Amino acid sequence: MLLYLLRRTLYAVPIALAVSLVCFSLVHIAPGDPINAIVPADAPQEVVDQIRREYGLDKPLPVQFGLWLGHVVQGDLGRSLATGRSVWSDLSVAVLNTLRLAVAASLIGFAVGCVLGGLAGVFQGTWIDRVATGLAVAGVSVPHYWLGIVMVVIFSVELGALPAMGAGPTGGGAWAWDWAHIRHLVLPAVTLCVIPMGIVTRTLRGIIAEIMGQDFVNTLRGKGLLGRTIFLHVVKNAAPNALAVMGLQLGYLMGGSILVETVFSWPGTGFLLNSAIFQRDIPVLQGTILVLALFFVVLNLLVDLMQTALDPRIKRA
Amino acid sequence: MTDKLVEVHDLHVRFVSRDATVRAVNGVDFDLMPRETLCILGESGSGKSVTLRALMRLNPPRRTVMSGTVRVGGHDVLAASPRQLADIRGGVVSMIFQEPATALDPVFTIGQQIRETILRHEPIGRAAADRRAQELLEIVQIPSARRRLDSYPHELSGGLRQRAMIAIALSCRPKLLLADEPTTALDATVQIQILLLLRQLQQDMGMGVIFVTHDLGVAGEVADRIAVMYAGRFVEVGPVASLMRAPLHPYAQGLLGATVHAGARGTRLTTIPGAPPNLEHLPQGCAFAPRCAWVEDACLSAVPALRSPAPGQAARCVRVPDTLQDAA
Repeated sequence: MLLYLLRRTLYAVPIALAVSLVCFSLVHIAPGDPINAIVPADAPQEVVDQIRREYGLDKPLPVQFGLWLGHVVQGDLGRSLATGRSVWSDLSVAVLNTLRLAVAASLIGFAVGCVLGGLAGVFQGTWIDRVATGLAVAGVSVPHYWLGIVMVVIFSVELGALPAMGAGPTGGGAWAWDWAHIRHLVLPAVTLCVIPMGIVTRTLRGIIAEIMGQDFVNTLRGKGLLGRTIFLHVVKNAAPNALAVMGLQLGYLMGGSILVETVFSWPGTGFLLNSAIFQRDIPVLQGTILVLALFFVVLNLLVDLMQTALDPRIKRA
Repeated sequence: MTDKLVEVHDLHVRFVSRDATVRAVNGVDFDLMPRETLCILGESGSGKSVTLRALMRLNPPRRTVMSGTVRVGGHDVLAASPRQLADIRGGVVSMIFQEPATALDPVFTIGQQIRETILRHEPIGRAAADRRAQELLEIVQIPSARRRLDSYPHELSGGLRQRAMIAIALSCRPKLLLADEPTTALDATVQIQILLLLRQLQQDMGMGVIFVTHDLGVAGEVADRIAVMYAGRFVEVGPVASLMRAPLHPYAQGLLGATVHAGARGTRLTTIPGAPPNLEHLPQGCAFAPRCAWVEDACLSAVPALRSPAPGQAARCVRVPDTLQDAA
């Protein structure tokens, strides 16, 4: 098992490398010259060339990639073209903010989704199933920025119960796990959880209904096992696929929803990406996409490892 | 006379859905004595598996409507509470399924699947249950039993899987073993081994066995008595020898004529014209009448009653002489 763990981890390295290459080249393939974003339109050619040299944008692309990668592995993602600050310092704050939001939203979404999906799968064809499926469809279909605005109108404007903006009493800054901060998390997390909730519900319903229809469940009943033991068997059979879906959903949430983070002024990766795109801030863009993509790679690796641990049919050798 | 192990009286099983009602079993009566083997013979869709599952109420609960009486080992199966039913299942009666590849839980080891059955029904410890599990694998002649306890179903061959399935079924020494085409999914050579094993286990453990198959050869090999099923009814019941030699019902005759067996060497195989009836719209009379060469008016008006020309032998056909009216 340890050897398998090591090998799977090693497999992730070329994927990560490929991902970083794509991140690097995507930004260069995109139309528009990043230099235009920092120098005035009427700047003389010599100034443009000088800045181009300073940022290393005059070198051939492979060299640029090599240099960039060399810095990246040392944790240096460069400086923002727009603010001049280190990309890593801005990015780490944003990633942590989004991580809090994503984990909170997925905990709610997965918990509700598992319960609804489990019930719908077990009681397939009954009113419970119809209610759960209806909620799932609604969760996936409702535009979440609209839901966010509605929540702000109800809970912030009308009831005044929860804050509508920012990631803390000061609007940003240091996070703390106290009520003053957590109450800022509630509305965006609930808004963000509906899509994973819907997807997990639908997937789990399908998985469980499929398993309940399999012959071995009849065998278990025929052995005289009680409902809760049979349920355990079903859960263990459903777990690998359910985990895969949930891992993917957490990955999507980590991308930070640009729309939801904008609605709630949540200073996360979506927010950061949004401003980087409009300012053609290439280092920030590259760094953010890279970190998010690597997050996906790590998440997939974790899901793979958990699946292998749970399902004996996946080869460990 | 000893007590009957199984008493089934006027069993009806219907599957109800919004669009249709499928009448899978339409009035089945039979008894089984301890240590006796009954073979239910019939083609796909004749209701043989449904009858078997009805004996432990294993048909899909939400869609199934059952009536009649089913008593197994003195328990009233149709009236049992869910808890009583769970005690009967596996403890008094257990079942072997057709497809060992799908009938075992793929993510639990063979040992775990045997152990949980034992622990469910008997107040013994884990270690004792594990020892019993190993004994069971030895009883069903799985080589290197101790190692196989930790195997997952996908790591075993089809024959070994079916042996493991049998081990699970036997784990609480049931009085009645139900076998639903246990050899259909296996290779011919493995089939014989499993049949021999089942027959030996039945004698060693003194179980009653009800064996469902569409294979006449298998039926002749294992059965004491054979029941031929057609459209949800037993159309003929009789001791294996007489049924194989001189079947009474035209359908049973047709089945025998369509099968290669030693008695019919040199003669041409025949076929039964037509197809089995739609179980959503059963004819009023004999369900076999549309395919029968000897059909007469009496066949079409009502379902023929069982007529018995000799003790232990009976058929639902108007042409069968009814010399033993009270015996039926």
